[in-house]
Amino acid sequence: MATTSVKQLPKTEMILPGTRSCAGCGLMLTYRHALKALDEGKTIVAVPASCMTVLHGVYPITPVKVVCINNPFAATGAAASGIVAGLKATGKSDYTVVAFAGDGGTYDIGIQALSGALERGVNFIYICYDNEGYMNTGTQRSSASPLGAVTSTTPILSKLQHKKDMIRIVEAHDLPYIATGSPAFPFDLFDKVKYAKDVLGSRYIEVHAPCPPGWGFPNKDLVKMGKLAVESGIHVLFEIREGRFSLTSRSLAMAKKGRKMNVSDYIKGQTRFKKISGAHLAQLQEFTDKKWNESLERHFRDNP
Amino acid sequence: MGQIEIITANTAAAIAAKLCRVQVISAYPITPQTPVTEELAAMVESGDLKAEYITVESEHSALASVVAASQVGARVFTATSANGLLYMHEMLHWAAGSRVPIVMACVNRGVGAPWTILNDQQDTIAQRDTGWIQMYCRNSQEVIDTMIQAYRIAEQIQIPIMVCYDGFILSHASTPVDVPFQDEVDRFLPSLEDRSGIDGKTPMNVNPLILSDPRPDANGVLMPGYMEFRYRLQQDILGSLEAIQSVDSEFQDTFGRSWGGSVWGYHMDDAEHAIVSMGSLASECTVAVDQLRSEGIKAGVVGVRVYRPFPSSQIVELLSGVRTATFFEKDVSYGYQGALAMDAKAAMYESKSRPEISSYVVGLGGRDVRPEQLAEATLKCVKGPVQHCWLNVSG
Ligand SMILES: Cc1ncc(C[n+]2csc(CCOP(=O)(O)OP(=O)(O)O)c2C)c(N)n1
Ligand code: SF4
Repeated sequence: MATTSVKQLPKTEMILPGTRSCAGCGLMLTYRHALKALDEGKTIVAVPASCMTVLHGVYPITPVKVVCINNPFAATGAAASGIVAGLKATGKSDYTVVAFAGDGGTYDIGIQALSGALERGVNFIYICYDNEGYMNTGTQRSSASPLGAVTSTTPILSKLQHKKDMIRIVEAHDLPYIATGSPAFPFDLFDKVKYAKDVLGSRYIEVHAPCPPGWGFPNKDLVKMGKLAVESGIHVLFEIREGRFSLTSRSLAMAKKGRKMNVSDYIKGQTRFKKISGAHLAQLQEFTDKKWNESLERHFRDNP
Repeated sequence: MGQIEIITANTAAAIAAKLCRVQVISAYPITPQTPVTEELAAMVESGDLKAEYITVESEHSALASVVAASQVGARVFTATSANGLLYMHEMLHWAAGSRVPIVMACVNRGVGAPWTILNDQQDTIAQRDTGWIQMYCRNSQEVIDTMIQAYRIAEQIQIPIMVCYDGFILSHASTPVDVPFQDEVDRFLPSLEDRSGIDGKTPMNVNPLILSDPRPDANGVLMPGYMEFRYRLQQDILGSLEAIQSVDSEFQDTFGRSWGGSVWGYHMDDAEHAIVSMGSLASECTVAVDQLRSEGIKAGVVGVRVYRPFPSSQIVELLSGVRTATFFEKDVSYGYQGALAMDAKAAMYESKSRPEISSYVVGLGGRDVRPEQLAEATLKCVKGPVQHCWLNVSG
């Protein structure tokens, strides 16, 4: 049963007041709903160097009520593998191991350890919160940054390449469950994490996590920005269960109604795109349309 | 007494891991360590060893996964060599900082570039400042025994240990080894007490961001800052010399063999001239000493078994009475000298009776070095100090 009301979400807050993330942080809202979907006391989180490290607070105080094991930037997939193996070897059952890494720790430096873990079929959930850049170190470009975005390492020309298609890379590992999510659609996100919890094997969820300081929009617009990303087709909400692709939530509604906003509606509220050229904008629209059409095609093929 | 088997040092390390009942193994193959990974995999697949074996995609991941497995309470093992060890560098610091009792077999090999698969000790020496204990073995018997001792030491003081042995010279040479019986090892090394703190209730943030200064917790109790944790690691690694000694004595009581704790001597009682070395090279130095003694030179060997923590007072004590000390080592700190000689010289500065010290870099990348060459080079130093040079190299 899909969650349709806030009242259906568990009341327990796993993240207490006092986190060190910025106001209006998409990662923070993502983490909040993901942890609500997991069992209190039975969740072990593996975290690489990232905004997640900062969110978790400074020793000896943490606002997050989980067992969090920090690991070096590149090591998340391996650290999670070690946690899973160690728990099994010491007879600690019923724990859900969840890796929670940024796009830098996933698309870039962590891709080797992640691929290794997925190929071995390690029994864990890997959640990538994609804020489209190295935010912890001050908004440098990552391979998840979109074409045309100014970052601190693409300060004048802006990013000249499209975002890497991480889902295709992950899918090549033949996982039982892959999904995308957004903190702007928390019920959809909650349901996906909850579902993933009970799937056996490696599960991958990628969440598009708007970042006010990194993208250049007001803190209050977090949800608006997350929604625009989905409604413009920049970020598509779907899940892939044992290879079967299904659009979900707003993306599914858009597929049925056949309506989609333009990329320009999404980028206009973000200063990182303020220098985007007409050519880049056209390319970004074309890229987005292509991905959206592929998603539609796949959805209707798998759900006739 | 155990059972005598003709085995290589690699097999000895694999058997030791099994005897220690490791629960999680994660390793990535590299010559000359490879047989360790293969033999353990076979033990796990056949059911002879009940453990989780993670076939990782790199050494960085090998160490990352055993660190994490150790943090959740498992006894863990990994092994590597040369470039694999260098690839672990970030994780080496992370492991020591995490205070996890990992034991890692380091099969010494020269590092690229250019590629060599043959032996020297540059790989482990280059990792001396990572906060690990480093123990160097003379032969395969010492490898199996040191592995068993290492778990006891590591688990007592919560510091990871590298058990180092020379590639090919030991790793691939078959010799008779007294393999201890399982029940004796079980008595010597009880199963690991679970200190993970994972109880299904208590939240934790392990290895979080930390400030430089102490900071109060939620109850107002002042907790350490970064530097306090570093200081504790330093104090505990220095203090481990005592544990290393007592574990070795206890090992002798159980198995009838002692390896000298952190430093061993050969004919040092009446020696006027010392040769100082580590690993299988130190063992070879005993042959050189026999030759020198037959020529009427009162020579002896100081074998450094534990290089980190550096057993300075033991070394000073052994060298204080001699006229010359000649160092042979298979590593170099580029731009200066061999690391062992540097460290020993620094230790001797405090001593009133200092011998003349000479140091040689030898055997890099598998370059052969024979006992008679060691004897001849020592003789040169006996006649007058040779500051520092490389042996058996054409310029
Ligand atoms: C080996 C290594 N290289 C670089 C860094 C510095 N660093 C820490 S976090 C970070 C960026 C993290 O980016 P991402 O994974 O996207 O997470 P975010 O900060 O955006 O949450 C970098 C470059 C590091 N900690 N370790
Ligand atoms: S920089 Fe962005 S992702 Fe990081 S804490 Fe702030 S809002 Fe969140």
